[in-house]
Amino acid sequence: MRWIEGIIEWGLFGCALLSVGTTVGIIVVLAVETFGFLREVPIADFLFGTEWTPLFANPSFGVLPLVLGTLLVSGIAMLVALPMGLLGAVYLSEYADDRVRRTVKPLLEILAGIPTVVYGYFALLFVTPLLQRLLPGLAGFNALSPGIVMGIMILPLVSSLSEDAMRGVPRGLREGSYALGATRMQTSLRVVVPAAFSGITAAFILAVSRAVGETMIVAIAAGQQPRLTANPLVPIETMTAYIVQVSLGDTPQGTLEYRTIFAVGSLLFLGTFGLNLVSAWLRDRYREEYA
Amino acid sequence: MSASARASLASLGALASGRSVGVAAPGLAAKIDVRALNFFYGTTRALEHVSLRIAPNLVTAFIGPSGCGKSTFLRTLNRMNDIIPGTRVEGQVLIDGIDIYGSDMDVVQLRRQVGMVFQKSNPFPKSIFENVAYGLRINGLAGSATDLADRVEESLIQAALWEEVKDRLHASALAMSGGQQQRLCIARALAVRPDILLMDEPASALDPIATQRIEELIYDLKKRYTIAIVTHNMQQAARVSDHTAFFWLGRLIEFDQTEKIFTAPTEKLTEDYVTGRFG
Amino acid sequence: MTSAGRRSIIWRRRLDRAFEGVALAVLILALGALVALIWDIVADGASRVSWDFITSFPSRRPEQAGIWHALTGSIFLMVVTAVLAVPIGIGAAIYLEEYGGRRFLARLIELNITNLAAVPSIIYGLLGLAVFVRTLGMGRSVLAGASTLALLVLPVVILSTREALRAVPGSLREGSYALGATKWQTIWHQVLPVAFPGILTGLILALSRAVGETAPLITIGAVAFVAFVPDSLSSPFTVLPIQIFNWVSRPQTAFHVNAAGGIVVLVGLLMSMNAVAIWLRDRYQTRGLT
Repeated sequence: MRWIEGIIEWGLFGCALLSVGTTVGIIVVLAVETFGFLREVPIADFLFGTEWTPLFANPSFGVLPLVLGTLLVSGIAMLVALPMGLLGAVYLSEYADDRVRRTVKPLLEILAGIPTVVYGYFALLFVTPLLQRLLPGLAGFNALSPGIVMGIMILPLVSSLSEDAMRGVPRGLREGSYALGATRMQTSLRVVVPAAFSGITAAFILAVSRAVGETMIVAIAAGQQPRLTANPLVPIETMTAYIVQVSLGDTPQGTLEYRTIFAVGSLLFLGTFGLNLVSAWLRDRYREEYA
Repeated sequence: MSASARASLASLGALASGRSVGVAAPGLAAKIDVRALNFFYGTTRALEHVSLRIAPNLVTAFIGPSGCGKSTFLRTLNRMNDIIPGTRVEGQVLIDGIDIYGSDMDVVQLRRQVGMVFQKSNPFPKSIFENVAYGLRINGLAGSATDLADRVEESLIQAALWEEVKDRLHASALAMSGGQQQRLCIARALAVRPDILLMDEPASALDPIATQRIEELIYDLKKRYTIAIVTHNMQQAARVSDHTAFFWLGRLIEFDQTEKIFTAPTEKLTEDYVTGRFG
Repeated sequence: MTSAGRRSIIWRRRLDRAFEGVALAVLILALGALVALIWDIVADGASRVSWDFITSFPSRRPEQAGIWHALTGSIFLMVVTAVLAVPIGIGAAIYLEEYGGRRFLARLIELNITNLAAVPSIIYGLLGLAVFVRTLGMGRSVLAGASTLALLVLPVVILSTREALRAVPGSLREGSYALGATKWQTIWHQVLPVAFPGILTGLILALSRAVGETAPLITIGAVAFVAFVPDSLSSPFTVLPIQIFNWVSRPQTAFHVNAAGGIVVLVGLLMSMNAVAIWLRDRYQTRGLT
């Protein structure tokens, strides 16, 4: 009955191969539709155009407003998540005792596990009104509110990955610093964080990738007005929110409008894929240093 | 010239030419015949040109300092090193005349015939009964439920464990003491009725009393099985074995009757080791 | 020690304590946001949740609208996703952990899976739209949605199953091989039973992530106008997060209250799934026997 072993191994291999199929599928689907799109819209217009009105009677296909919208919201999210996440990680890794760590970490995990549509509700119906009291000029849809909420959502990711990186720094390094009379703050900031630099940077880049790919928070709270601006107080539209907007409508297959979501999706995929690769490379390099 | 003198000359000559040699106890056919065995972990050679003939129904001990290759050598006898990626074997290992590294050797069948007990006892997280029955089940060796129960009992009796566990066969194996767990692993290995039993430092993790029981067990078992035991404890080798092989840096330095190895070894290296000058 | 030295130490200690305070405050702020979020939603929505709310269908009048279609849709979808993702995910993990070794193809697959785990979920929606809904002709059905979500959670299932397999001590495998067991016998009789609690926990966590997903399902066309309980694999469907999204997007406050109620139910569902996962893990860990 030994041939059954061979069949089992092939079956399991097939399961593993399916994941490769997924990646191939994503690339093929995005490429096919994007090439179809680019046959009608010159790539320079797409990448460098400043007006995105693909659903109008006289359409424009410049994707820059969407890209800028994404970067604006992600930028605000990173301003919240990166410093807070890193500081939180420093506290958990260098200061907190075991009991505190064991209570706080699961709570942070809960933050990470809340569905994004819930965060979207929170951004639109709690944070925006709250901010409007502080900034009377704030529009109902804007980039600031979802940006802040996204930052809170991503904070646990930054914190836990940075903490892992810091915990990987050998104790000997810390002890050397303390033995010279350094305080915990000096040791954390001058010895541990620099030593864990690649790992922390990898965490940051992964967080950016996560922010860029986030959909529901911006779909609910950021608006649907693609606009070339750096002003966080007005409505904008991100790449992900645009895809949702079109999907909610009834766009027939094979039309140019249908293809726009794949073109935007290609850009999104390439951007996050590039970020993920850099992050993984940094993480591997870090592991080599301290393995 | 006496047989042992001839043997000593032969081994001297072989050493001079840079090869290790093993001498079978004269007059006995070999159960395991190892010929010019070289073993590699990737590009590192762990065993160099080892030749050795192990006699049946006797206990053969492998001794030597840490890292000398004795455990690696033991594991080549049941091809357990196959599990480690990147290993390579040159030479022949003949059991009952058949090369176990031949291309049509069935490794699964081999491991039924050559059982193994590990340094740290590794009972499965199952009941005592299921631990012993496992080998029988997967090899399809027991016909009915009563057949299975009989063979489990037989193995536990052989391992001198039956009296202690007969009333709690379905209790967890992990709840036993270290010595009992090791005897359970021996019972488990015996259940599939091997010819040969390989033991890799079986008592090194046990207290002296448990160790003594294992050694008594080995003495009883050799009537029915051929036993090869790796040990770093020289007194244990002297107590328990009939033949002893001394390994050093991957080479077999000397192989002879135990009494001779420990009282009048031929090689200076052997003498230095058994008198404690190194290792 | 000089007085300058002593002053430096006092100053550094104060700075250190201030820094510690700031870092702790940051953590408390983050957790405070969590508390604010929970409080806000519970305050808005808890009162809305009632048996009527759970078992009614959507309506143009917010007071009469309910989530039954969305709740049943979510659960149905989760079950089908599990049926698709579990065997493939566990199979792939077993292959990579037990058979793959250091072979080049296995490492490539591993790298691929790590990348897939970080792809934005909406991209999976685009994939599902083009392949399942259009090319394979499944339409906007439960099967298309479940297939899309299965692909989405597959990397997570594979990674967590591999962790569970890796935690099984090598001595267990060695003991099994030494008795003449084949590779599959060892996996089936020794490795999987020991790894099972970990695998199950990982599965439930992956599925609870799937339940909260909105974007990929919107992309394949599951909209909230489905006002019935999905009854087959080819039936259109909607899920709780999409219904919530739909209600939040309306201007009337009464619908916002409905959205909050829906969130309470969704979070309740997720919490029960996580609680089951934790309970299972603890139960099997203390038993220790397989």
